[in-house]
Amino acid sequence: MSEQNIYLPHLMRIAAITDEAPGVRTFRLEFVDEAAAQAFAFRTGQFGLYSAFGEGESTFCIASSPTRKGYIECTFREVGRVTAGLADKEVGDIVGFRGPYGNIFPIEDWRGRNLLFITGGIALPPLRSVIWNCLDLRDQFGDITIVYGARTVNDLVYKAELKEWQERPDVNLVLTVDPGGETPDWTGKVGFVPPVVEQLAPSPDNTIALVCGPPIMIKLTMPILRKLGFAPESIYTTLENRMKCGVGKCGRCSTGRSYVCKDGPVYTLAELGQLPAEY
Amino acid sequence: MADQFQLSSASLDALFTALQGDGRRILAPTDRDGRTELNPVQTLGQVARDYVQTALSAKETVFPKVEQLLSYSMAPGQVELVDAEPRALPTVLFGIRPCEAGGFAALDAVFNWDTRDRFFNARMEQLAIIGVACTRKDDACFCTSVGGGPGSTRGSDILLTPAAGGFLAQVLTDKGRAIQALAPELFAPAAGLAAPLAEVPAAFDHAALTARLPELFDSPIWDDQALRCLGCGACAFVCPACVCFDIQEEADKKAGRRLRAWDSCGFAMFTLHASGHNPRPAQGARWRQRVYHKFATYPDRYGMLGCVGCGKCTRACPVDMNLQEHLTQAMAPVES
Repeated sequence: MSEQNIYLPHLMRIAAITDEAPGVRTFRLEFVDEAAAQAFAFRTGQFGLYSAFGEGESTFCIASSPTRKGYIECTFREVGRVTAGLADKEVGDIVGFRGPYGNIFPIEDWRGRNLLFITGGIALPPLRSVIWNCLDLRDQFGDITIVYGARTVNDLVYKAELKEWQERPDVNLVLTVDPGGETPDWTGKVGFVPPVVEQLAPSPDNTIALVCGPPIMIKLTMPILRKLGFAPESIYTTLENRMKCGVGKCGRCSTGRSYVCKDGPVYTLAELGQLPAEY
Repeated sequence: MADQFQLSSASLDALFTALQGDGRRILAPTDRDGRTELNPVQTLGQVARDYVQTALSAKETVFPKVEQLLSYSMAPGQVELVDAEPRALPTVLFGIRPCEAGGFAALDAVFNWDTRDRFFNARMEQLAIIGVACTRKDDACFCTSVGGGPGSTRGSDILLTPAAGGFLAQVLTDKGRAIQALAPELFAPAAGLAAPLAEVPAAFDHAALTARLPELFDSPIWDDQALRCLGCGACAFVCPACVCFDIQEEADKKAGRRLRAWDSCGFAMFTLHASGHNPRPAQGARWRQRVYHKFATYPDRYGMLGCVGCGKCTRACPVDMNLQEHLTQAMAPVES
């Protein structure tokens, strides 16, 4: 008789845990229910609400690529009650997942285009999903450039994958750490992401730029991209507003006419220009 | 055109008996401890007279302050989830005002614009509204500024208007006709004249306000108006149209439940990120969000206002913020 409960999560078993950086972990999650696993599909850019039962729900992107079937991954930093509850979990433990929610990176529209990823710190996870999605469809895209920075060498996440990207001839990876964050054997750049991008001076020709990072990194990177000639319609970012329901009801992520959980989290710079700067 | 009937006070009291015979509870404004609020009643005599409005809103009948969304038990490597069924009792809301009856549409817009909210819908399905038109008002009322009126039928299943010896009844919906069908003999042909309704002069043009808000976003008036705001959230909690909610966990090591609870965009923590970053860091920005969500976002997304002009927020505000005055100020000519 009753409608379904849209707040009810799927149960997910933790299949693997990777320590990425101090306080930062990646969970590989598999559906407990086989039917739910079969019915599940998502597209890159989408996110979910992850439950640490006993503590509550938190919002993270799906950090794995839709081309990798049978599981999803999320990467989180331990900062509050829910993420502390998640950090306590071990392989085999159960967490909850609601999703996929939100809009997508329209990678089908980017066939034949060059891709420029610019990201910092713990904001690599949402772009990592896009990066693997595009690398798994490598023939469909032009040059792929990734600029990734962190405070220190130790704070870089996905270290094994960074190495893999570094070794691939079809990926141009530029790593940088903040001044003072380098180690004696560091071979990457030293400097903040925005000046590194400025120095790199990527061409805007036929290129889509994806920018995810701390608010200050985004704020300083956008004008540089604009100066380099990137159109606002060719620059993508994600908003990270606080969310509770994830389905456009609780009101928390409401920004102007947009629910970030429904109309976002992916926005072009042109679309952001239509919203009040309340993010 | 709705069907019009006459209900004497004795007939209305008999209708109360018929409704309860049909297994429905009746919630109506009653006077208790100097306050007029909704409470269960059995007879018409228990219903308050001469009230303008209840202080709290009727939304709690379909959107409780706190409700359980799910529960679970935990063991090592195991979680057992238990779905929650909303407890939806057949209910008649009697005597709420037309403004407030209209507020349910604003709740429905959010709960069902995309996916459907079972908890809200189960209670709405079980709810019928017998509104009573206003013959009195107070200074906080501004229904006519936001498209309503003291005799508005919006949201009511039956609307009663006081008349000599009882009420004129407009039976407006299928739910209203189902109530009438419980005791059709009580509904006499309309004869008497309705009492004069309250006169609520319009203070501003809401369409013009909606059109003007985009250009006022960076105006200093929002900070000015919010200087005295305590961020207490009373306005949101008494508002018939405010829907924003929080989801919280109550648990021990072995079991827990997930609860939905009223929230407010006026609270500093509403938008606070885990990193400490807050997109709306000052009360002025939070007050502006309240106004814009109701008067810009709602018309844009849902084709209606998120405000019914009931004035409950104004009456509840501990520092006398007055929505009608603040909106009127926003419509004042810009000084150059």
